[in-house]
Amino acid sequence: MPLRLEKRAEPSKAMLYLTPVAAVLLTALVGTIVFSLIGYNGLVAVREIFLTPLTNPLKWQDLAVKSAPLIIIAVGLAVCYRANVWNIGAEGQYVLGGIAGTGVALLTRDMSGPWILPLMIAAGMAGGMAWAFIPALLRTRLKVNEILTSLMLTYVAIQLLNYLVLGPWKDPMGFGFPQTRMFTADQMLPRVVPGTIIHLGAPIAIVVALVMWFLMSRSVFGYQVKVVGSAPYAARYGGFSVNRTIWMVLLTSGALAGLAGVLEAAGQFGRLVPSFPTNYGFTAIIVAFLGRLHPIGIVFAGLALSIVVVGGEVAQTTTGLPPAAVGIFQAMMLFFLLASDVLVRYRVRWRSPVTAEAAA
Amino acid sequence: MPHRLELTGITKRFPGVLANDNVSFTVEPGEIHALLGENGAGKSTLVKMIYGIMQPDAGEIRWNGELVTVPNPKAARRLGIGMVFQHFSLFEALTVLENIALGMDAKIPARELESRIREVMQTYGLLLDPHRTVATLSVGERQRIEIVRALLLNPKLLIMDEPTSVLTPQEVEQLFTVLRQLASEGCSILYISHKLHEIKALCDTATILRGGRLVDTCDPKVETSRSMAEKMIGAGLKDIVRGEGRSFGEAKLVVSRLSTVGDGHFDVPVNDVSFTVRAGEIFGIAGVAGNGQNALLDALSGEIHGEDREAITIDGLGVGLMNTTERRRRGLCAVPEERNGHAAVGEFTLSDNSVLTARDRLGMVMMGLINSGAARTYTGRVIADFAVKALGPGSTAGSLSGGNLQKYIMGREILQKPSVLVVSQPTWGVDAGAAAAIHQALVDLAAAGSAIVVISQDLDELLALCDTLAVINMGRLSEARPVGDFSVEEIGLLMGGVHGQGEVRDAVTA
Repeated sequence: MPLRLEKRAEPSKAMLYLTPVAAVLLTALVGTIVFSLIGYNGLVAVREIFLTPLTNPLKWQDLAVKSAPLIIIAVGLAVCYRANVWNIGAEGQYVLGGIAGTGVALLTRDMSGPWILPLMIAAGMAGGMAWAFIPALLRTRLKVNEILTSLMLTYVAIQLLNYLVLGPWKDPMGFGFPQTRMFTADQMLPRVVPGTIIHLGAPIAIVVALVMWFLMSRSVFGYQVKVVGSAPYAARYGGFSVNRTIWMVLLTSGALAGLAGVLEAAGQFGRLVPSFPTNYGFTAIIVAFLGRLHPIGIVFAGLALSIVVVGGEVAQTTTGLPPAAVGIFQAMMLFFLLASDVLVRYRVRWRSPVTAEAAA
Repeated sequence: MPHRLELTGITKRFPGVLANDNVSFTVEPGEIHALLGENGAGKSTLVKMIYGIMQPDAGEIRWNGELVTVPNPKAARRLGIGMVFQHFSLFEALTVLENIALGMDAKIPARELESRIREVMQTYGLLLDPHRTVATLSVGERQRIEIVRALLLNPKLLIMDEPTSVLTPQEVEQLFTVLRQLASEGCSILYISHKLHEIKALCDTATILRGGRLVDTCDPKVETSRSMAEKMIGAGLKDIVRGEGRSFGEAKLVVSRLSTVGDGHFDVPVNDVSFTVRAGEIFGIAGVAGNGQNALLDALSGEIHGEDREAITIDGLGVGLMNTTERRRRGLCAVPEERNGHAAVGEFTLSDNSVLTARDRLGMVMMGLINSGAARTYTGRVIADFAVKALGPGSTAGSLSGGNLQKYIMGREILQKPSVLVVSQPTWGVDAGAAAAIHQALVDLAAAGSAIVVISQDLDELLALCDTLAVINMGRLSEARPVGDFSVEEIGLLMGGVHGQGEVRDAVTA
């Protein structure tokens, strides 16, 4: 092996920021090659996916609308992952957020007032928290792995959603369609840019990221999360309870996923439908890692992933790329990011010939 | 006759450090050769290159007169170089025989291996039942497995990395007998240590490294411990200065009938331990590793939750039920044995590591927010007062050498001026100069009226530092006595598990 890895004295800051960019570029490059090889116009497909959403102003509102839930969920997941708690079930918590918000909307459909929307949002966050409560309880009381429980609860959440829209919550005036009543005007998120579909969710996402950035970098809460994640024994020594931290991070990420859910229901859908789960909860896992588990990094990563989502839809219509292609691009991005992560702690060196070897 | 091993101009560079700079020395057949130096002097790097774990950037290694390259440890073993590491690589759940079989390069039938193991054990008096599970063995016995494993290959050079740091005095003597026998049969021994009196007792030659360079090759039998230590640190050695005729004040830390519950693994719990430490007193707890020291430290610091409030009292106040944060507020600080991941977080900056234990005592938290300026100022003070080699408070803890990290951790706790300080292995892996500084800081803290508990496996350290001494064995603490009232033999027997005063006295006189 002419190449070898050498441990750096300190983790490289430059690589910390460069590797996510490199991961996106590598994804584009390998995507071009792979889709060309299987018979698509790879270059056009990649251009449509990565550039069209940026160059076409008509797509910008889509980016804002799609990146907001990704950012909100990923910021919460990042807190969890920092503590080495692996919440994979944000999709389920997101669905519960939508369900709880819709529940309030159905109860208040004959009422009016500016208090309804905040109540819906609070209910949504509580719903997401309730769904995260279960893995937290199982983990702290019975040491059940939260990866499994949170993931499996996602499917329970989706079944619950289907049951509600097909059964008790079905719109009686909906011609038998599996959907709830439309929300009233007081139950919908206001648009923030007139003439577009950009609703209040986008600025909320930015605020959530900023608040969490502040908390993670300056507060004892953020410190506790980081200590528990990197060195549980040091956390115990420093007086931080690991179990209490697990509770805090799971409930925080559940609340944020629930928030994303209710914002999506009240901003985009306007009602609950079976197609409400759109994989935001899973895509946000990639966003969290691409953003280096840093709230501000996550804002950019959320934009990058929504570009792929929006661009993927464009590419489907223009080059006939299959819908699964978007998933492939997202997966490649995470793969390349994790693979290039080694460069943060190590540097690549050409192996210098050993003097004694040459002499021998 | 050619030299057994000859190193010429060995140089090894790491990013930012020259670990070995043009080091040359020779080891003769049958010679016991000491490799002496402070932490970070380059001893480990040097032997790692001899054993093939690393490759030199420049320089030559000659083995029995022939120029060789040692690409990996397997090649080293094939040449006849064996090594016993400071930290053993043994599977606790397996037997001695299984552990040795796993470490062999060649596959040997179990029966044949067993007879060869018994033969080696017989020859060198390394008594051990090959069918015992490693978990049931003492540290000294575990080391014997590693030595037997190395001897099975009939080495011509045996490298021993700090072999005595975990042994009782009696075990050390047994080890020396084995090493002397090996040397008399022609096997060379490269003996890494910083315990100077051992080197004087055992070694024929000593090579002293400082800052990666060879500073001297001398005969340890002619040198004094002090002269070798001064060559090692390149400066005069300071003695511990303590006030004459010190008297102790009120009882500050009282531990009565403290017991913990083992967590099921191979962890030894504390069993019915009682002792009292007065203001100004340094109380030493000796013992071989793995006899409940960790459980005792965790129980005192509050990391293990207690069940009896009065089992631990500080200034008369029962703190047995409090967690670590509350105990720190009452003035009890602690330093656990393991630095990385327990006493400090490697990925965090030193400044953030100060927040870990000093945040409440030094007001680094206001309304749930961390005052990073205060943390940085305090960390800067620790770095300056304890001569920590670090770029600054922003360096990550993981980038510091073990000794420097230990200085930082000790400084972080001592400068908080705790009224009770409990430390485990305060100078483990720290060089002589830094150890002296840490000892002095502990003595000064005691002189200022704090009660100090030092848990250590280094008997020399305890004898030099402590006023009062007790020995822990299998989780039970012996009676405490003034240091002067113990003989080394007595302590050794208590460490080995002979309980009760009468028995010890009898055993010593017998």
